Amino acid sequence: MREPVSALPGARYSGIVTVAEGGLRGMIVLRGDLASKPLAKAVKEATGQALPGTRQIALGKKGAVAWMAPDELLILTDHATVGTTLSKMEAALAGEFVTLADVSDARAVFTLSGAAARDVLAKACPVDFADFPVGSLRRTRAAQVAAAIWRSAAEEFTLVCFRSVAPYMWDLLTTLARPGGEVGLYPAEGAGTPR
Amino acid sequence: MSHRLEKGGRLIDRAKRLDFTFNGKRMQGHAGDTLASALLAGDQMLVGRSFKYHRPRGVVAAGAEEPNALLGLGEGQRFEPNQRATTTELFAGARLVSQNHWPSLDYDLGAVNNAFARFLTAGFYYKMFIQPRPFWKHVYEPVIRQTAGLGRAPEAETVDADRYEQVYAFADVLVIGGGIAGIAAARAAAKAGKRVILCEQTAHWGGRAPVDGVVIDGETADAWVTAQIEALRGMANVTLLARTMGAGVHDHGYVLAYQRLADHEPGADKPRHRLWRIRAARTITATGAIERPLSFAGNDIPGVMLASAMRDYAVNWAVAPGRRVVVVTNNDDAYRTAIALHDAGVNVRAVIDARDAATGPLPDAARTRAIRVIPATAIRQVEGGKRVTAVELCPQHGDGAEASERIHCDAVAMSGGWSPVVHLWSHCGGKLTWDEAQAAFRPDPDRPPLGHDGQGFVLAAGSANGEMTADAVLADGHAAGLGAAGARSTPAPRAETEPEAPLAPVWMMPARAGYTLRAKMWLDPQNDVKVSDIQLAAREGYESVEHAKRYTTLGMATDQGKISNINGLAILADSLGRPIPQVGTTTFRPPYTPISMGAIAGEARGTLFQPLRHTPLHDWHAENGADWEPVGQWRRPYCYRRADETREEAVRREVRQTRDSLGLLDASTLGKILVKGPDAGRFMDMLYTNMMSTLKPGKCRYGLMCNENGFLMDDGVVARLSDDAFLCHTTTGGADRIHAWMEDWLQCEWWDWKVHVVNLTEQYAQIGVVGPKARKVLEKLGTDIDLSKDALPFMDWRAGQLAGMPVRVFRISFSGELSFEIAVPAGQGRALWDRLLEAGAEFGVMPYGTEALHIMRAEKGFIMIGDETDGTVIPQDLGLNWAISKKKDDFLGKRGMEREAMIAPERWQLVGLETLDGSVLPHAALAPLEGENTNGQRKTQGRVTSTYHSPTLDRGIALGLVHRGPERMGEVIEFQGDAGRMIAARIVETCFHDKAGEKQNA
Repeated sequence: MREPVSALPGARYSGIVTVAEGGLRGMIVLRGDLASKPLAKAVKEATGQALPGTRQIALGKKGAVAWMAPDELLILTDHATVGTTLSKMEAALAGEFVTLADVSDARAVFTLSGAAARDVLAKACPVDFADFPVGSLRRTRAAQVAAAIWRSAAEEFTLVCFRSVAPYMWDLLTTLARPGGEVGLYPAEGAGTPR
Repeated sequence: MSHRLEKGGRLIDRAKRLDFTFNGKRMQGHAGDTLASALLAGDQMLVGRSFKYHRPRGVVAAGAEEPNALLGLGEGQRFEPNQRATTTELFAGARLVSQNHWPSLDYDLGAVNNAFARFLTAGFYYKMFIQPRPFWKHVYEPVIRQTAGLGRAPEAETVDADRYEQVYAFADVLVIGGGIAGIAAARAAAKAGKRVILCEQTAHWGGRAPVDGVVIDGETADAWVTAQIEALRGMANVTLLARTMGAGVHDHGYVLAYQRLADHEPGADKPRHRLWRIRAARTITATGAIERPLSFAGNDIPGVMLASAMRDYAVNWAVAPGRRVVVVTNNDDAYRTAIALHDAGVNVRAVIDARDAATGPLPDAARTRAIRVIPATAIRQVEGGKRVTAVELCPQHGDGAEASERIHCDAVAMSGGWSPVVHLWSHCGGKLTWDEAQAAFRPDPDRPPLGHDGQGFVLAAGSANGEMTADAVLADGHAAGLGAAGARSTPAPRAETEPEAPLAPVWMMPARAGYTLRAKMWLDPQNDVKVSDIQLAAREGYESVEHAKRYTTLGMATDQGKISNINGLAILADSLGRPIPQVGTTTFRPPYTPISMGAIAGEARGTLFQPLRHTPLHDWHAENGADWEPVGQWRRPYCYRRADETREEAVRREVRQTRDSLGLLDASTLGKILVKGPDAGRFMDMLYTNMMSTLKPGKCRYGLMCNENGFLMDDGVVARLSDDAFLCHTTTGGADRIHAWMEDWLQCEWWDWKVHVVNLTEQYAQIGVVGPKARKVLEKLGTDIDLSKDALPFMDWRAGQLAGMPVRVFRISFSGELSFEIAVPAGQGRALWDRLLEAGAEFGVMPYGTEALHIMRAEKGFIMIGDETDGTVIPQDLGLNWAISKKKDDFLGKRGMEREAMIAPERWQLVGLETLDGSVLPHAALAPLEGENTNGQRKTQGRVTSTYHSPTLDRGIALGLVHRGPERMGEVIEFQGDAGRMIAARIVETCFHDKAGEKQNA
């Protein structure tokens, strides 16, 4: 058995929202000067995306690019080819002051799907989800652990945390999504409509 | 007697009957009742006993300010003491018990305290329990412990059956209070387009106005409120929260609100409580006002109630407190109670008015109803024990030496005026001003609580702001909403209101009552504090209001003094001859009323109590007998116990097998930090005591990290990955800390250095393959790495494939055995572990835990951060001078460790210790010397830092810090064990096993 596994393969729960483990995802940390043209070019090559703005994620079929800090991006790509992608980017950025590191295995990914996704997240994350269109991203905490969350679709949020706390995160999200705990704080609506 | 009225009751549904029990007695109420209204409807006025004197206690109020009606509610996992009957909604099958009496509510032995009331005045605790000294522990404490408190705590092993949660919300304007002021404010702000949250602590909107017959814009308050709430419900920018109390206002607009979702339907499948954690740009406290009692003798007898509460019961729940009611007041508002009760068919014997004259529409309306109005008169005292039976009157301007009249009655409605609820205004620094005309503290609009920008972030509205008539309340609420929204002025709703004559401040009835009467004037009925107690505190020198509070315990009960504080500080002011504003109030602290521990914990219980961290191999450990050890929030196996094994036996087995053949260690928790960039070498040289920049790619070096004081704070192996990249290993507990330490220096001090650090701890599972058979088992798995001794010497590393997986192999050893640490991506960690177990079976492969790890390193004399270090130990103390570069100009800690105290030859140094009898030295044992130091402490010459039974040597071994230890090899010194027993130990070298290192270099 040599195939890599994600933290909680196949985990799925249906409650106020559907919580699922997001499976294997390729993830590369990129540290460097985000104003650098070679950096933007290498990112575009690897993902098809331009650099996102502050607290945004640029989502696309070939990959995604998430703003993590003033000098940090997270590149999301196919897990099976992350090594190749990383090597290509290293080659393209040789000589630049840039650091690339594979962190695909260091994280666990979860998705929350459903009209009440913002309500459920609001129970754990001190984030204002009004005016939070698709492509919005926050680095925050979910209850007691660090998490990055973004709106990946109108009724889907993606959450990333460290692999070691995947069991905690699973228990947390399924507990908060348990029927009976409806809040009605954020009304269901299309992506991009303010509140 | 208290009873249900035949008609009326705006909040009850007479069609729905709810059965409940009180002290086992079967009773019945209606949907919409509170526990208090249902008890009163069934003529149960007596509900408890007071804290100190065990006097009979009855319902006094109708809201959160209730001091007496505290009941034990529920059974089993849902039993909860001290539930306030006035704010708890009745539900079918409720089981209520009264508190603080034995053997029963009606016949309580504790009432004997009452006979000694003279000696149990304020502050008696500080005088009585001094002597004899032995009584403290054996008599006073056990007795006080038994009698203290009101309710019965739940059984020790009870687990709360309910679930709780929290939610974060954001608003432009948060309005706390769903009366007409709050509703007007919310409407104004919402219409201006702001995001509004409106919360109300009861289940109903509208507050006092519907009870007091207010008319707004031509309709009844009820109709107006209903329409407004409907309109608010339909607005997308408004969130309405009923059953939600504003608990506390904190810095920067952070407000906690406590929502009771399921208290009225216990067992429902929903969270019982939800704590709202709200960040609001502006908060409006429309929290109303609370009526003050009057202080007259016997004002604590069941049947004496706040006047507004009496009309609340009559109008909201169709409950009359008695059949013959007397009203006593210093203001016009209380006449509304006389009128409401009369109109509901209750006999109102008289209104006793302390003012010289009672004029104006409200007293006239009473007279029209042939209710007797008696001005310039006081209640001299109330008669009755468990129930009011009569009142005696006397002139207000007198000493009450004689009664002028006696009136038979079974209930007394008292009103001393109204105090704005200023708690939320005050929590975050809002100041108050004394309103002489109202005899009340109200928010000082010039000194609100200030936010980060120096602007006020809280506005008070309505009665909470000191407005007491309906028209002013509405206008004030509307204005507050506009103000909070920063919106242009718009017309406010208008209320019709009767003019009211001013109140007269009356802090004692009669004005010059003597001691006997004053000793029966209750201020705080829960804690049994009387007017005479405050006067005693003043006489004894407790002049600060904060001291007087604590000396007498006024306002320290579960009601937090809501009806007692102002009356108490007025008495204090009078005793000191100072104006009331100069005496001031005690500090208002959140929560406004008690909130449940469940709400504070939220979801954090059981598996969610703390975020335990699991390595990728966790499940295997769990399935194979791991005894878990907490290492920070990680769980690591201490050992793997087989059936019938003790821990000691398991550890011994693991050590022996690893040294004899082959062991496996899950080392995934150790920190792995990538340091990369053109200035990486320079940065590494600053962080470590060693010269790291000279480390060549493919090589490893054991490094020490000190803090700026020179104290050793972490250690670990550094691997040079490439010209511009290092991989630092840290201790398990140090990973996050050292990462933060590195970022701190890069961001705050050396921000122009070109270095990045990336925490890769969780990217890799790391497995230690340890023992004489280590190389064999790895070769068996198939690899493209040459693992031979010459190709991969000790302290080298290589990258390649192992068992078809990408790995880095580090030839490092913490055990002193032939050892390879394999790093593999975490998603393949379990796969590699399984393959190693499979391939290692022929060698008797055995996973080992943290204890075996600790023992093996101790046998080799390797230090452990946290054992040999304690924050005061420098590398030189541990014989690690070799790791400190002499060629570097600077590194973190260099100057610190050059200070006088750090280079003193007197410092204790690390040695090995072997007991003469082979036993194990106790943890942290000290080696005493004769005599004492200048602090009067026994002199010592050493302490044990690590101690174990060594299975390899079959004897106890220890490491310790000893005065001039390395110079005293072979000397025997004594350590102190249990009960003063002295244990002899010889000072030896720190390495006990394989000094030449042949096994690790194989």
